[in-house]
Amino acid sequence: MNVTFLLNGETVQVEADPTHTLLDWLREDTALCGTKEGCNEGDCGACTVVVTDADGAKALNACILFLPQLHGKAVRTVEGISGPDGTLHPVQQAMIDHHGSQCGFCTPGFIASMAIGHLQGRTDHDDVLAGNLCRCTGYAPIVRAAEAAATAPVPAWMTDETPTVDPQPYAPETLDDLADWYAANPNATLIAGATDVGLWVTKQLRDLPQVAFLNRCTELRAITQTDDSIHFGAAVTMTEVLATVGEDHTSYAEMIRRYGSEQVRNAATIGGNIANGSPIGDNPPALIALGANLHLRHGNKTREMPIEDFFIAYGKQDRAQGELVAGVTLPKQAPALRCYKISKRFDQDISAVCGCFNVTVQDGVVTAARIAFGGMAGTPHRAHQVEAALVGQLWTADTITKAAAQFSQDYTPMSDMRASAAYRLEIAKNLLRRYFAEMTGQVTSVLEVTP
Amino acid sequence: MSVTKPLPHDAAALHVTGAARYIDDIPTPTGTLHLAFGTAEIACGTIRAMNLAEVKGAPGVVAVLTADDLPFANDVSPSVHDEPFLGTGTVHYLGQPLFLVIAKTHLAARKAARLAQIDYDAETPILTIDDAIAADSHFEDGPRIWTKGDIDQALSTAPHRVTGTIEMGGQEHFYLEGQAALALPQEGGDMVVHSSTQHPTEIQHKVADALGVPMHAVRCEVRRMGGGFGGKESQGNALAVGCAVAARATGQPCKMRYDRDDDMMITGKRHDFRISYDAGFDREGRLTGVDFTQMTRCGWALDLSLPVADRAMLHADNAYHLPAARITSHRFRTNTQSATAFRGFGGPQGVLGIERVMDHIAAELRVDPVLIRQRNYYDAMGGQGRGTRFGGQYSPQPQAQTTPYHMPIKDFILHEMTDALLASSDYNARRAAIAEWNADQSILKKGIAFSPVKFGISFTLTHLNQAGALVHVYQDGSVHMNHGGTEMGQGLFQKVAQVAAHRFGLDVDAVKITATDTGKVPNTSATAASSGTDLNGMAVAHACDIIRDRIAVCLAELHQTQVENVRFDEGQVFVGDTQMSFAKAAQTAYLNRVSLSATGFYKTPDLAWDRIKGEGTPFFYFAQGAAVTEVVIDTLTGENRILRTDILHDAGASLNPALDIGQIEGGYVQGAGWLTTEELVWDDKGRLRTHAPATYKIPACSDRPDIFHVALWDQPNPAQTIYRSKAVGEPPFMLGTSAFLALSDAVAACGPTYPDLQAPATAEEVLRAVGRTRA
Repeated sequence: MNVTFLLNGETVQVEADPTHTLLDWLREDTALCGTKEGCNEGDCGACTVVVTDADGAKALNACILFLPQLHGKAVRTVEGISGPDGTLHPVQQAMIDHHGSQCGFCTPGFIASMAIGHLQGRTDHDDVLAGNLCRCTGYAPIVRAAEAAATAPVPAWMTDETPTVDPQPYAPETLDDLADWYAANPNATLIAGATDVGLWVTKQLRDLPQVAFLNRCTELRAITQTDDSIHFGAAVTMTEVLATVGEDHTSYAEMIRRYGSEQVRNAATIGGNIANGSPIGDNPPALIALGANLHLRHGNKTREMPIEDFFIAYGKQDRAQGELVAGVTLPKQAPALRCYKISKRFDQDISAVCGCFNVTVQDGVVTAARIAFGGMAGTPHRAHQVEAALVGQLWTADTITKAAAQFSQDYTPMSDMRASAAYRLEIAKNLLRRYFAEMTGQVTSVLEVTP
Repeated sequence: MSVTKPLPHDAAALHVTGAARYIDDIPTPTGTLHLAFGTAEIACGTIRAMNLAEVKGAPGVVAVLTADDLPFANDVSPSVHDEPFLGTGTVHYLGQPLFLVIAKTHLAARKAARLAQIDYDAETPILTIDDAIAADSHFEDGPRIWTKGDIDQALSTAPHRVTGTIEMGGQEHFYLEGQAALALPQEGGDMVVHSSTQHPTEIQHKVADALGVPMHAVRCEVRRMGGGFGGKESQGNALAVGCAVAARATGQPCKMRYDRDDDMMITGKRHDFRISYDAGFDREGRLTGVDFTQMTRCGWALDLSLPVADRAMLHADNAYHLPAARITSHRFRTNTQSATAFRGFGGPQGVLGIERVMDHIAAELRVDPVLIRQRNYYDAMGGQGRGTRFGGQYSPQPQAQTTPYHMPIKDFILHEMTDALLASSDYNARRAAIAEWNADQSILKKGIAFSPVKFGISFTLTHLNQAGALVHVYQDGSVHMNHGGTEMGQGLFQKVAQVAAHRFGLDVDAVKITATDTGKVPNTSATAASSGTDLNGMAVAHACDIIRDRIAVCLAELHQTQVENVRFDEGQVFVGDTQMSFAKAAQTAYLNRVSLSATGFYKTPDLAWDRIKGEGTPFFYFAQGAAVTEVVIDTLTGENRILRTDILHDAGASLNPALDIGQIEGGYVQGAGWLTTEELVWDDKGRLRTHAPATYKIPACSDRPDIFHVALWDQPNPAQTIYRSKAVGEPPFMLGTSAFLALSDAVAACGPTYPDLQAPATAEEVLRAVGRTRA
């Protein structure tokens, strides 16, 4: 596949295998060894690079970034974050001054994330750096460095113009073309952000002979809002979802803040998180609790369904061969929606349980309830028995206790390395209690407590 | 003064620009081959048949080696030769290397390694401590038992007793740079090995044995590691040996680096422990004696488990005087990765045992745990309740209290440090405020805890307490420094360069730091036991002094003055009334045929002990420190967070306060991670399920304390160390204990029963403990 992009300010053309990662290419083919491999699965951030497209600069993990995804973009590695004459970027100087590196192996990745945070004027350093693991410093000096560099101007060399490129057959630019191609090639793999497919390649060592890349398909990347609804094309990234739902769905947004990391959210798409059918994806419970509708496309035929109907069984979705997830529509108003993500670590961890609640109370009585969980079964799905035990009842602690007991009717979770079955079931019940407490004005999150 | 300056890490500018080279960044010659292990898919059993035809036929594969292809030693053990490099028919753990693929690319090697057809006769593995007890599967002839005083009497006559058990999980090192090695074959069968190792001499040794050559035929070089934490003390042997035998077999350079999942599946981790205690105490909470039983899973091979388990015993007292003690240590052999060195080396586990006892006593007596700790501290020599009479003339000589291994404690400074930290952290007021806050909250609870550390400094294997150095001064006055220590991020090279610069009165920039190299300094000890600066700093100072004194003698003769009148300062050499640049002095010495190269050597004095009896002086001195941590927990989910941490730590007279504070901050967060989110989970087949960062969660950026105050005690070490500094690598790790104790304190606010919190205190475990308090 012919790929054209800017690398540290210079145009490069590469004839790339579809699943050749940027990291391997940098380290093995260009001798730019500053970018490191720490985990090869997008979790440690040692391979973070700056990628600029029409929307601006973003941090991405080079280890699960395939070269064809870069067509028409600009890449800046740690070697290009210092100036062409070797002048240090302000975050580089600050990291030296504040002793932000010890072993130094994670440092290039941190520099890339910090340079973007600096470029964007970000002050939420914990979020900017959530996808960069450091085992030496305990992070304190790194955050001090980020704070110290904040007021320095952005160096001129950090602004990349993206190159003008020709469309490529591996990356359809219209939904019609994509849908036709996929219908004709139903065994192909569609790659959007590659945060999941990347691991098929780097960890399962799978060969993917036939692929299409979605990131140049503008319709799939569209966000359409009306007074009542928000529509996300399937290839909208989680960063864009977070920015869009921030005002209307603050709790969903807070959950997405902890979904993956900056690097992962910049790549991962809402459609991918739904289409892969994972029982522990964090979007489906929220979207089910919201009553969202899923749009599918097969050739020139479209279908629409409540998203909860899409998940049939573990590994099985209501999607035909060659049919693709085109987008999702969710209501704009859901003031009672609360999303709770429980994991071993707050940031960048896959949920043990993700519980989303949307309960309508009128005059003290529950009139409607949509409660959905991930991590509790082979698919994300609703807690129908719990909902039934709530609807029509007074919105009281007593009702909550009775309804919570129904969770064991709705779910039979399993034990794994993230949590035991007993813990999952217990916190499902307790999250209903948390929801009730939060809706009645209590402090319920340790993240809101200050020293 | 080059020493005491808070200079940046010597490689900081290289780190931030991506120019710092690690093993996998070293440009390799054309034709370099890449390796991967094929590993066992069962935890215990024998191999009936291993069909490697598909592996050999896979694209890019050059050769495949099994144990039968190894002409010399098939062993990568750092201790007792019980660790075959490649499996010999018996499978000891799931992940054990069985064969070695040599291929043209890293990816080709990894792909091919998965194509083996292996038939096993699987047996039931011994996975847990309980399995090992049932099977009586242990190392050594039985448990090690150390005693002090009459423990049975001390317990049976004690006014109060508590008993309990704490389980503490292991820990994955998660050095960001995985294990890696590169072997470059030389003429005449010699081998040069670049290895990401804390122990270059051992790499040299194991490679020589594997190639059947003397050690002089192998040279190991290490410029830096991307983190070590003990995980590269012995675990790099397999890769270095693999590269060397593959390079010998093919005649081509060979490189091997583990993919992260392979790294976590193959290599050893921190030892997990179960520590049971039976403690007697008076109504004030003063211990009369403690009977500890420590059980640890060593995994399938011995590796460094004996000294690790010894050190857990050596720290069973932490900072507290045990009038009587019995410490029983079981070292179990299990079908899991061979547990290995990890920062603290058993110390953290021993410390957590006694800290749990302190907490448990405080809970029984309903007294602030800090008071219980202070009452049980070792005496401060010459102070602390030892008033002198008649101007001291007739006072009895204070008798130093002794540890459970009968070593007198003469440098205990935690009384003063504790007072200072409690004041600076405003502990008492905050404890009261937390109690008030908790009374108002039904769902969230806060907790606060103090914990000290007293950590013994020296290798407990006494002969390792030696170091060598090689220093050259060139005729332009530039200095080339080399020593046996390795740089893994801790700033060793910079601290020792500061020492070298100071000896010559130079700026540190005048000193070239060079890669550790067994061809320059032989017979090195591992950079471990926090000893890097103590040992290598002294050795380098010795070498520098030899050269400096030779220059001084030369200049004194030339200027007809006494050697005492020659002074090296600020880049100048003062000879009586004359002054010249150091470069001029070096050139003058050269022209007068003075040798400007010297080796230095150091061995730690006064060490002698018997590890079987548990008697003597294993340590040169103790590094000390204390922390106060405040946390909040959610009693509905167990979710928890560190809010604030205050640390006062003793690095002696710090050689570099910035680097030392970096070790303390990082050590604390790593220690807190061990006891909170870092959970290793094996399934019932013995497969490690947490073998990548997706499932194994080290602290992320937001997990550090919101408020994080770290201060140095900064008083000179009474022991004669390099510029009276103290070792700082491992001790702060144990300050993370305060985070665990604070979680326990928060849980205790939920109900009347002692929480009995177990480690790691994941959200799930915290919620279980909340349930226990209410039971």
